[in-house]
Amino acid sequence: MPEIVVRAEGLVKKFKDFSAVDGLDLTIERGMIYGFLGPNGSGKTTAMRMLTGLLTPTEGKVEVLGLSVPKDAETLKYKIGYMTQTFSLYGDLTVLENLRFMATIYGLSGKKRKQRIGEVMERYELTDLKDRFAGKMSGGQRQRLALAAAVLHEPQLLFLDEPTSAVDPESRRHFWEQLFDLVEGGTSIVVTTHFMDEAERCHRIAIMEAGQKRADGAPKDLMAAMGANVVEIEGPNLRDIRRELLGAEGIVAAAQLGARLRVLVKDDIADPEGFLKAKAATGGASLIERVRPNLEDVFVTATGEGRQ
Amino acid sequence: MRPLSRIAAIFFKELAQLRRDRMTFGMVIMIPLIQLILFGYAINTNIRDIPIAVVDQDQTAISRILIQMVEATRVVEVTERYTSVEEAEAAIKSARVRAAFILPDDLSQRIVRSPATGFGTPPSTDEETSRPVAQWIVDGSDTMIAGAIKGLRNMPLAELFRKAPNRSTPTFEVALFFNPEQRTAVNIVPGLVGIILTMTMIMFTSAAIVRERERGNMEMLINTPVRPMELMIGKIIPYIFIGLLQTAIILGLGYLLFNVPLGFRPFDLLAGTLLFIGASLSLGLVLSTIAQTQLQATQMTVFLLVPSILLSGFMFPYEGMPVIAQYIAEALPATHFMRMVRGFVLRDAGLLDMYRDVLWMCGFFVLGLAVAAFRFKKRLD
Repeated sequence: MPEIVVRAEGLVKKFKDFSAVDGLDLTIERGMIYGFLGPNGSGKTTAMRMLTGLLTPTEGKVEVLGLSVPKDAETLKYKIGYMTQTFSLYGDLTVLENLRFMATIYGLSGKKRKQRIGEVMERYELTDLKDRFAGKMSGGQRQRLALAAAVLHEPQLLFLDEPTSAVDPESRRHFWEQLFDLVEGGTSIVVTTHFMDEAERCHRIAIMEAGQKRADGAPKDLMAAMGANVVEIEGPNLRDIRRELLGAEGIVAAAQLGARLRVLVKDDIADPEGFLKAKAATGGASLIERVRPNLEDVFVTATGEGRQ
Repeated sequence: MRPLSRIAAIFFKELAQLRRDRMTFGMVIMIPLIQLILFGYAINTNIRDIPIAVVDQDQTAISRILIQMVEATRVVEVTERYTSVEEAEAAIKSARVRAAFILPDDLSQRIVRSPATGFGTPPSTDEETSRPVAQWIVDGSDTMIAGAIKGLRNMPLAELFRKAPNRSTPTFEVALFFNPEQRTAVNIVPGLVGIILTMTMIMFTSAAIVRERERGNMEMLINTPVRPMELMIGKIIPYIFIGLLQTAIILGLGYLLFNVPLGFRPFDLLAGTLLFIGASLSLGLVLSTIAQTQLQATQMTVFLLVPSILLSGFMFPYEGMPVIAQYIAEALPATHFMRMVRGFVLRDAGLLDMYRDVLWMCGFFVLGLAVAAFRFKKRLD
């Protein structure tokens, strides 16, 4: 029986009349990267803020690391790390000054503080940058500093709010390697993202839309249980084909990817390729073939775009 | 020891940020320096050389001597001469002069009969002899100017006849303590400490929390275990030193340039100044928890600064204000500091003599800090 680090039941957050999070249930196990995938405004950040005690839920119960939130939020803060969406350390302080400040705030002192700062600077390649002003560093460097500051006090649980939205793909890949290192060391991680490739790296994801959880599971399982097959069509007049297909019985969604049209066909249709070939609209198509589903297909079937 | 080390961490962080903000650091020194020199020289309530116009309808030797006598007082300076009263009135209207001195054509007769010449006081019922010798038309909108000219009303005229002026015995004897030469700077310089500290202390701290919010550091800070009180205290300590530095600049230069006494109570002065700095800083922190942007924080500072200048007794005597305004003034830390600092440096008073203001100041400090820490929420909703 794996240990549960986050448990939330019937979580609701209302801002006046608008429900940012609407009846969210969550169970997150220790030692995994749990991702919230969803478009902007889907309630990812709000949900995360309720888990760390920054926002008080309108309704529902939250328990993080065995502590009731927001009641015990201050005790919890020693045990969790948080990386904000935008860089929020001090731009007019150097790397070392920022790390010293954060370490002291988290109650580290003396030898222990020096040792931990040395460790994280080593691990996140900040040693050579230690006298640089944080405000003058590149996006990737800043992100490494933010991660270093968030794990200084060795939190059991790490919250990352869209951690890679301001960095290049190379830094992003590197960053995820570092996250897996942390998981190996026993840290659990909760991350929000709107990048499919990033969500695919998570152990488990929750697809969020309009404050509600549309799907929850391992990316692979979600793809398997998607309820639709994916067929790609090649040929001329793809825009016309798309217009014809959209809204037709048995078609979930259709989107163009370069020279191909990617069509999601409901899985109660036994032969999706044959089904499409039989359509008049695809008469001019040069190729119709079934392909492997990806997470974006899962996202489309799970959210509004696929449920029109 | 966590609270102490956290306060220290915030203190050193603020210090590092302040040191790198050259502009702000420069203002810390330049504001008291320039304002002291400016106000020390500029503000003067002993009015001299008011520009006036003369309308001499008499045109005799005696009228010319009278004009010279008036000029010799140094209160006024004749800059215009007109032949008609209408021209003089127009000149006052257009602010070329602030007053007009009108000498009638029967000046000689009036002078001879005037009691001011010292030939004996005629009975007051006698209209012919109780007439003034000449008239002043004054721009009375500025009460200070009007007051200065009114001071000329009872000028003795015996000199006109080469007679020694009447030895008039004053009804009351007035002994001027603490500032016998009546130099305005003696009153202005210690008060300036209160005004400049109000301005810089409230402005710095009111921006302190807001800046964290505006630059996006706040979301990170409230995710740490830092307590509101630790944050507040850590943030105000650097500014205490700045406040003391500014006080030293103002009082030190006031002594060197304007010969304003420093008193003999360095301990009381230090303690009183620290109290005032504390009160202003905690007030600034309260504003900081209300304001959402640095611009709003600055606006609120100005909102407090203007009454602090006008109502605190810095420019106008507290006693001259209506009771309601006095109540408002009591609610401003600057009012109490104004009394205290003038007491310490000018009147050789001590903390005990000024205990009421000391208590007020302590109240401001504790209340401000408590309200700020209470209002500072570690939540976003």
